[in-house]
Amino acid sequence: MKNPYTIVILTENHIGLLHRVVTVFTRLRLNIESIAASESQFEGVHRYTLVIHETEENAQKVVKQLEKQIEVIKASFFREAELIYREIALYKLSMARVLENEKINSVLHQHDARILLIKNEFVIVEKTGTKIETQALYEALEPYEILEFVRSGRVALTPASDEILEAFRHLQRQQDDPLVIEEKRYACTAPSAN
Amino acid sequence: MTTQAAKIIYDEEPGSPPSKISGAQAVMEALVREKAEIIFGYPGGAIMPVYDALYSYQDRITHVMTRHEQGAVHAAQGFARATGAVGVCIATSGPGATNLITGLADAYMDSTPLVCITGQVASPLLGTDAFQETDIIGISLPVTKWNYQVRCADEIPHILSKAFYIARSGRPGPVLVDIAKDAQFAATAPIDKSVAFIRSYQPKPDVNYDLLKEAAALINRSERPFILFGQGVILGKAETEFRRFVEKSGIPAAWTLLGASALDSDHPLNVGMLGMHGNYAPNLLTNACDLLIALGMRFDDRVTGDVKRYAQKAAVIHIDIDASELNKVVTADVPIHGDLKQALPELTHWVEEGTHTEWVNRFAGLYQEERVSVIDPELFPSKPGLTMGEVVRRISERTNGDAIVVTDVGQHQMVAGRYFRFKESKNLITSGGLGTMGFGLPAGIGAKLGRPEKTVITIIGDGGFQMTLQELGTILQTGVALKIVILNNNFLGMVRQWQELFFEGRYSSTEMVNPDFVTIATGYHIKAEKVTRRSQLDRAIDNLLEHDGPCLLEAVVEKEDNVFPMVPAGASVSEVRLT
Repeated sequence: MKNPYTIVILTENHIGLLHRVVTVFTRLRLNIESIAASESQFEGVHRYTLVIHETEENAQKVVKQLEKQIEVIKASFFREAELIYREIALYKLSMARVLENEKINSVLHQHDARILLIKNEFVIVEKTGTKIETQALYEALEPYEILEFVRSGRVALTPASDEILEAFRHLQRQQDDPLVIEEKRYACTAPSAN
Repeated sequence: MTTQAAKIIYDEEPGSPPSKISGAQAVMEALVREKAEIIFGYPGGAIMPVYDALYSYQDRITHVMTRHEQGAVHAAQGFARATGAVGVCIATSGPGATNLITGLADAYMDSTPLVCITGQVASPLLGTDAFQETDIIGISLPVTKWNYQVRCADEIPHILSKAFYIARSGRPGPVLVDIAKDAQFAATAPIDKSVAFIRSYQPKPDVNYDLLKEAAALINRSERPFILFGQGVILGKAETEFRRFVEKSGIPAAWTLLGASALDSDHPLNVGMLGMHGNYAPNLLTNACDLLIALGMRFDDRVTGDVKRYAQKAAVIHIDIDASELNKVVTADVPIHGDLKQALPELTHWVEEGTHTEWVNRFAGLYQEERVSVIDPELFPSKPGLTMGEVVRRISERTNGDAIVVTDVGQHQMVAGRYFRFKESKNLITSGGLGTMGFGLPAGIGAKLGRPEKTVITIIGDGGFQMTLQELGTILQTGVALKIVILNNNFLGMVRQWQELFFEGRYSSTEMVNPDFVTIATGYHIKAEKVTRRSQLDRAIDNLLEHDGPCLLEAVVEKEDNVFPMVPAGASVSEVRLT
């Protein structure tokens, strides 16, 4: 049975690694529903959060294939209930329509959203939440003519699991290891081509 | 662009170490440090500084110039598979680099340690569609264990040492290092660098001893246990540990094509080859065993047939060094992530001494059936034409099994795997996972250069030979004493067999009009002989083996012979056919 699974990957911050990570999904013909990547709290370590709609078996396979990549430090998959997750959505609304309908403030209040920017022609609204919540606001705002809409990839933390935390603790413990210091010293220092 | 590159600074004082060397010299220093004494390659524009540096290292590094980059990478594979060391090959950018892809893919599938060094256009030109520029990092990504583009000379010692470490450790595999031309020219400090640690990479898993005990308990309870072994035994250098396990437990053991030679062919518990053209008993009895013990193998579809109807009555123990292989194809009851060299002695310790006489006799009984209907007619034919099997049998007898057999891909490959009697590990070198026609000739060259003291025989079909026959030029230039046996049926035999069996005999593009192979070999000054009759065969094989130097034998075999037994694609292993 297919379900949403969130895959959390910790990697070295190296050029081309996203390509390698994505190739693993492509080979298994898994569609990536959402992706977010940023530096983690640990310098030089990137954290990717990907969402796939798949069988648990395939989620397991993809994680093993990811961990096989040399520069992947840790890969894990999580069920929805095991995560705290959020997406951010931005909505650009027509000012003319907003002015016509004064209920906008109560809609925003109801959905715990806020206005980021007001211009003569439009208003930009921000909402953080799950996809269901940002989608609900989308539907509620439709009468105000949504000129533009964007939703970010999911970011997630894992209160139910120590796996990721343990990976960070491990990295922390390794920090003073002479081998790690040595490795860092020789890590890519090449100037960018351009 | 080269005007910006620093000049190469040579020794200030004779005898003293240079304070600066070029990036290209750093490449040479790294190869010397890694003991890469024989390397394979083909020069070109973007790799010229490396070739220039090589000129001064000829006393320490032998470079074998092949006739095509594909030949270089397959030769490096043959070298690696014969010696157990990392194979090295060098190519230029663009087409030089893309010509390596088939070999990289082959090495990735078959876990062969390789370091491939490619030249790249100078870094200011990257991304500008410069002459012979190609994104080899992007192209090679899915077929390499690791790859990296070097853009400054200072990285070279570290990156190359890392490349060798990754290639040879854990589950071995190919690595590609792409070096921009300006980085080859630029000056750098000579650094003696050895990488044996990468924080994101754990090549040697900690074996879970509790799981090994659990596995041993399953084995001790089992009535019909069956061992399947693959190349992991060879790559893990665990042949001795493996034999002890087999002998103490008394369990029959069958091999995957790449596991061939990890256990003597004549060992009483060696029950033969698995898979599509493997032996009758190990295929049939896979569905009769109550326990599968899979060691260093990956349940390739050519081994399992229809997975849904595979080992239906069996519990499964699977030990592999690559965690992603566990539960990938066949779900294991006891999956063990580990190195066989470490895991097997422990498992052997917990396993009770056993003899499974009745069970082993079932294998022997089925072998007799196979012998009568398939093996004897193939090895001792009564029909007028030569069979592939009798040629292989004769080579096996004349060498007393003391030879490295390299094959190409197709019918002759299956016949060589089935009928050569292997006595020593690493004595079958063949393209397994990728099934690369054209592998045999260059891989044979690499194997012979790696193991010059051994007789190395490439057995090859008429189709595969013509895919890389330009490498006869490499043989001519190096004088490498490779023995080549072409089993010529004037067909792409395996495809023809499938056409006969599954496509109503519609021989679409499989019949070959062939050149005179003897004339071709002679043109390269390689001694050559052709046989068409049984009466000529023994003498011709003696000539081949006794000749001091490279030699080619063309044996014209029956045009439309088939390889049996056979598990048709999609069938269950227990549907293995003898005819």
